[in-house]
Amino acid sequence: MELKRINAYTYQILKHGNMNVPTVIYTSSKLLESIKRDRTLEQAQNVACLPGIQKMAYVMPDGHQGYGFPIGGVAAFDLDEGIISPGGVGYDINCGVRLLKTDFMEKDVEAKRTGLLAQIFRSVPAGVGKGGKLRLSRRVLEEVCLKGAEWAVENGYGTRMDLERTEEYGRMKSADPSYLSKRAIDRGVPQLGTLGAGNHFLEIQKVDEIYDPEIAGVFGIHSLGQILVMIHCGSRGLGHQVASDYIQAMENRFGTSGLPDRELINAPIRSEMGQQYYKSMSAAVNFAFANRQVIAHWVRDVFKKIMGSSEGMDQVYDVCHNVAKFEKHDINGEEKEVCIHRKGATRSFGPGRKEIPEVYRSVGQPVIIPGSMGTASYVLAGTRQAEQLSFGSTAHGAGRMMSRHEARRRFRGEQIKQDLAEKGIELQSTSWRGVAEEAAQAYKDVDEVVKVSHELGIGKRVVRVVPVGVMKG
Amino acid sequence: MSQDQKKKYQFLEHTADAKFQAFGHSLEEVFINAVYATVSLMWDREKIGRKIQQPVRVEGRDLEQLLVNFLEEILYLLDSRMFLLHSVEKMKIQREADIFVLDAQFLGDINEKQYRPHGDVKAITYNEMEIHTNDRFMVQVVVDV
Repeated sequence: MELKRINAYTYQILKHGNMNVPTVIYTSSKLLESIKRDRTLEQAQNVACLPGIQKMAYVMPDGHQGYGFPIGGVAAFDLDEGIISPGGVGYDINCGVRLLKTDFMEKDVEAKRTGLLAQIFRSVPAGVGKGGKLRLSRRVLEEVCLKGAEWAVENGYGTRMDLERTEEYGRMKSADPSYLSKRAIDRGVPQLGTLGAGNHFLEIQKVDEIYDPEIAGVFGIHSLGQILVMIHCGSRGLGHQVASDYIQAMENRFGTSGLPDRELINAPIRSEMGQQYYKSMSAAVNFAFANRQVIAHWVRDVFKKIMGSSEGMDQVYDVCHNVAKFEKHDINGEEKEVCIHRKGATRSFGPGRKEIPEVYRSVGQPVIIPGSMGTASYVLAGTRQAEQLSFGSTAHGAGRMMSRHEARRRFRGEQIKQDLAEKGIELQSTSWRGVAEEAAQAYKDVDEVVKVSHELGIGKRVVRVVPVGVMKG
Repeated sequence: MSQDQKKKYQFLEHTADAKFQAFGHSLEEVFINAVYATVSLMWDREKIGRKIQQPVRVEGRDLEQLLVNFLEEILYLLDSRMFLLHSVEKMKIQREADIFVLDAQFLGDINEKQYRPHGDVKAITYNEMEIHTNDRFMVQVVVDV
């Protein structure tokens, strides 16, 4: 295998062996070092071998080893010849990020920050094996999976404007909850409106730098020190169960021989099995949209209670990080509908795409890239360039580079809390061990990841934010 | 007894997820130790009461699928019923026609906020999975955390 440097931020593995297309890695020489240490490149080459894959198998700047597909993997498949793969979406279906703006400034929240964070901690259930506050029937849960964030808004959680500012408008219409297993529904019933644990978090942030004031203004971000709220979570056990169910169903239907990695199991897109997975995955996507919608509503309630008002707390946007969907892209000069898999990658559509709401259509969609615990996060704008280079996709976060095990050996949760406090960041968590595992040093440098995205032009840097209060699951 | 077999399980380095090997003298024992390794990522099972008995039956077309389904059962019971496992009893793996069938009993307790789990496991994967049954009993599993 030869890794060829095309330019400062583009590396390519030429087609060889069973590969149907080349593999392209968007990275810098600095980030490439950690990519080379794990199985990212091998996994990306395996993806390039899948039937019906179009143009290239891509790895985004935060790419790292996953299972089957690498994290940071983007691949598009022909609708007739191609496949759909649960491993190409990941277990946490529609793990994603929602960003709310506020009209408060850092000085407004300073004195009330501890109370604000403590109240959010009480209002938004987080942690392992924690049920939510909502008591849903199975019938209602199916409705949630059918309608996504629309269900939440219809039931008093948030506004129509939130829906407009959500990828897919908060609802994948392809969802069919009747394909969800009993086990998936059993796991979903107690978990709507819960943050979960692991890398999921809720942050109160302040604007630290504005790179493009014009676009930032369109996104509702106008001043240094302006307070924002970021919510990072997904479809919880329901989504994980959908992935496991269909990996198994596809194995039983198609067998596992000939697969370099069992997690690459897939079904032809147009097959009954492929369609059932797509409709179930869409239902899980909707559950995650509804989950973030409900949590955002509770956050607004907390601001109303503690800050006296939640006025101006408009949603900037809500993006998916783990999803498969049908989109039209330029394939060798022709516009063609393909099945895009984004696993640990963010859609980054540029100006003009009809999928993005009118309010953003002239500047490109907001792309929200969360950093690691206690580090910066970014808001980018999607670009036309991304549509040419990466099927309209860019990075989704910092990307791990140290195992949780190693992080626990090196760091102590209590010490991290103290270090963050010295930097003016308050931390609330359900688990010290979880805090140690999520130490910023265990992640790649998000500034470098975003730099690659910006320099390449697959996501334009607009705003940098830093946390003032972190709630970790 | 080799050094490996004295330990119930050990964790190996993995960038993004958690990877472990479980050991034992029989297939049943390694499967149980794989359960204990998985649980150790989420809570201290020694601290969980032995109040609830939960019969478990899973099937698999091969041993890999059987192991994934068995370990998934912990996650399913946690999410759907807040069940926290203490130990596994009455474990039996049999071959019936062309599938493997596993019967066991989970002992544990329902978490009504008296327990504080410390970590999360999202899913059990087939990634880098190894199951050795010839010269020694060992399984290797990567779980998504």
